[in-house]
Amino acid sequence: MSILDAKIPSGPLADKWASHKNSVRLVNPANRSRLDIILVGTGLAGAAAASSLGEMGYNVKAFCFQDSPRRAHSVAAQGGINAAKNYRNDGDSVFRLFHDVIKGGDYRAREANVHRAAEVSNQTIDQLVASGVPFARDYSGYLDNRSFGGVQVSRTFYAKGQTGQQCLLGAYSGLIRQVAAGKVTMYPRRDMLEVVVIDGKARGIITRNLVTGEVERHSGHAVVLATGGYGTIYYLSTLAVGSNGSAAWAAHRKGAVFGNPSFVQIHPTSMPQLNDYQAKLTLMSESLRNDGRIWVPKEKEDKRHPNSIPEDERDYYLERRYPAFGNLVPRDVASRAAKERCDAGYGVGDTGLSVYLDFGGAIEKQGKKAIENKYGNLFEMYRKITGINPYEEPMRIYPAGHYTMGGLWVDYNLMTTVPGLFAIGESNFSDHGANRLGAGSLMQCAGDGYFILPVTIGDYLADDIRTSRIPVDGPEFAAAEQEARDRLGRLMAVDGKQTVTSFHKRLGKIMWDHCGMARSEAGLQEARSLIADLKEEFWSEVKVPGRQDRVNQELEKAWRVVDFFELAQLMCRDALDRKESCGAHFREESQTPEGEAQRIDDEYSYVAAWEHKGAGSDHVLHKEQLEFENVEIKERSYK
Amino acid sequence: MKIKLKIWRQESPDSKGGLVDYELDGVSKEMSFLEMLDYLNTTLIERGEEPVAFEHDCREGICGCCSLFINGRPHGVGAEITTCELRMTAFENGNTIVIEPWRAKAFPVIRDLIVDRSAFEKIMQAGGFISANAGAAPEANSIPIPKELADEAFDAAACLGCGACVAACPNASAMLFVSAKISQLALLPQGEVETKRRARDMIAKMDELGFGACSNIGACEAECPKGIEISHIARLNRAFVASAF
Repeated sequence: MSILDAKIPSGPLADKWASHKNSVRLVNPANRSRLDIILVGTGLAGAAAASSLGEMGYNVKAFCFQDSPRRAHSVAAQGGINAAKNYRNDGDSVFRLFHDVIKGGDYRAREANVHRAAEVSNQTIDQLVASGVPFARDYSGYLDNRSFGGVQVSRTFYAKGQTGQQCLLGAYSGLIRQVAAGKVTMYPRRDMLEVVVIDGKARGIITRNLVTGEVERHSGHAVVLATGGYGTIYYLSTLAVGSNGSAAWAAHRKGAVFGNPSFVQIHPTSMPQLNDYQAKLTLMSESLRNDGRIWVPKEKEDKRHPNSIPEDERDYYLERRYPAFGNLVPRDVASRAAKERCDAGYGVGDTGLSVYLDFGGAIEKQGKKAIENKYGNLFEMYRKITGINPYEEPMRIYPAGHYTMGGLWVDYNLMTTVPGLFAIGESNFSDHGANRLGAGSLMQCAGDGYFILPVTIGDYLADDIRTSRIPVDGPEFAAAEQEARDRLGRLMAVDGKQTVTSFHKRLGKIMWDHCGMARSEAGLQEARSLIADLKEEFWSEVKVPGRQDRVNQELEKAWRVVDFFELAQLMCRDALDRKESCGAHFREESQTPEGEAQRIDDEYSYVAAWEHKGAGSDHVLHKEQLEFENVEIKERSYK
Repeated sequence: MKIKLKIWRQESPDSKGGLVDYELDGVSKEMSFLEMLDYLNTTLIERGEEPVAFEHDCREGICGCCSLFINGRPHGVGAEITTCELRMTAFENGNTIVIEPWRAKAFPVIRDLIVDRSAFEKIMQAGGFISANAGAAPEANSIPIPKELADEAFDAAACLGCGACVAACPNASAMLFVSAKISQLALLPQGEVETKRRARDMIAKMDELGFGACSNIGACEAECPKGIEISHIARLNRAFVASAF
């Protein structure tokens, strides 16, 4: 029997969330103050949850590895946040938003969760505006919108190219207000090392204080992870250097099954890699594709300056292949199309691994001022890094690892398979299927944090109103602490010659080559064996300098890379097992004659949820069959 | 190219620190400044020494983690950039680069180039928010806000909380940081309600934490990586005066 019960409420799709809210148990305000909630990660999802839960009266203990919640990587989301307000009167609705996300995810997401995310999107915009988020406005004073890939309406709210920063700071302001009110206690500069499970329930965590090195115990009646995605498994990605998968993996080791680990979005418009020292790839927002046109020369290896290549010698390949959506096809489609052109020898730049994103026509038509208003800070960012002025010549861009649709499997209540352990935002698998649409991440994170978790966690905590504070001196805490200490000690003891980063880079290259934009049986098998060898080498050759009892950034990195070895194996295993192509998961063996992803719905219309069976044992696959009652499953066409 | 580095090394908060000299060969102009430090750290680890601790995360100029004082300037040379946006094209073969942490009483050193900026958190907790509970918000378009005001609020809201303004100021004043938040929220109708209390409480907290006073020098504006203007300080001062009545 499957261990997966999605707990999807019965009834018509549009009524499920309302009826669920009406039927979940509540915790009365007096009891809330007796309940402790541990919240790990304070990006948009975590900060929104902390502020909501604090306002409701729960005691929240919030943890982040940065010095302040304001630095979480939600801060870097650029283009926007979606909502079904229909302010443009262009036919948008909750159902349309739901439908676009399901289709954009290539029919591999759960209908009920996606519809709920669309439902709460409007309330999220209201909340963020009330919190002081300065979204872009028209001269009328009303909120402005723009378009994003994979949709035919304008539903994206934005604050120049810094929408993530503004949304995060809005949620952060709610969080610090609760800190001031004494309802949220912040524990910054902490890495979560272990989840503590007592009598089958998540009751605490073990952390490492990144300043003193102290290994600490923290307890709560429930534990919420809002720890983001694991795209840094590729080493080079659009993520912050510190983003990592270790908290999710710690939960996985303690019984939380992992959903669709191989579903990773490769973002089509990142700045290309310039050199071998590079520590990250900088994203150029998808919003740029509203006005920018993507092209490569029609001639192979054309070395002319882009401005001297005449119009009729340019191949606007997205417009050619996908006339209906043109430059605004979804991310997976745009990324693969760029890879196809570059692999065929049409790529530009020294390495041949980039394509042009050109604003020449848009500037001619709308004027420089209008373009500057929309994308000023992005153009400036590009100029600072490359020295090229995008007002005068096209940007060069290439795909890069970005967002993980996969993550901890959760039920409709956002609870993992460990009772009392919840996962919200990017850290769960739930809303984006096999490919996320642009401006969908901020939407999901804020919705999960502000409006969904605060309802569903109450239903769980209603059983705990008579449970007193969880003591941290029990055997389960001691055992979890010991596990963490042992592993820290083992890392320090290797005392080899190679840096942690050198291993991370090599792992990233294996994953990018074999489990990135294109995957094949042979490549994935090879990757699995390469990863196993690399892991073995790591444990005999890595050097972690310094001491455990103070700031030690190499030790922090080493802890994360160890988990990445395991997660990388699971990603490859998942990618091997899914012999179809869908969304961002492109199996070379499963494509149409035109080179588009070929889904195999009869066999793979499920969420692959992997259970950890202990070190050295194989993962076990559980399948959550996906039922589509409200959308017609079609070949996903943007032609 | 080959460069010389003088870097502040300090073992822990209570130990004594000092500048340590390094010579680094093989630096490429294509590196970012932080990639140059990554490269230095790789060579240090491979030699069996401890790497230089410095704070960084997004590496694209938006998280505000960077906090390096380079050749006497926060975030180094160049207008409106954070340290992670600084490129080695700004330096020449044979250059000496001095790298220190932010220097301010309110930002004590944790290790090497990492400082403790939790004082900023405390100022924000004193009032850097609008008291809007989730669930209570009105329809987003119910209050039209003139585009000019929304845009000005955005310019103030772009603050990264990095602390360059404090590091640049001879008085180590946090006025630009505080004014950016007060100005943003005062410009918006939804935040205007709490302006007086916010100004009074945030300024009181700033003073309590050991930041200096503003004497209109303007170094903060010159060094702010997001180009936040000192006109916001004027708005803060007006709000502060108004809060007395």
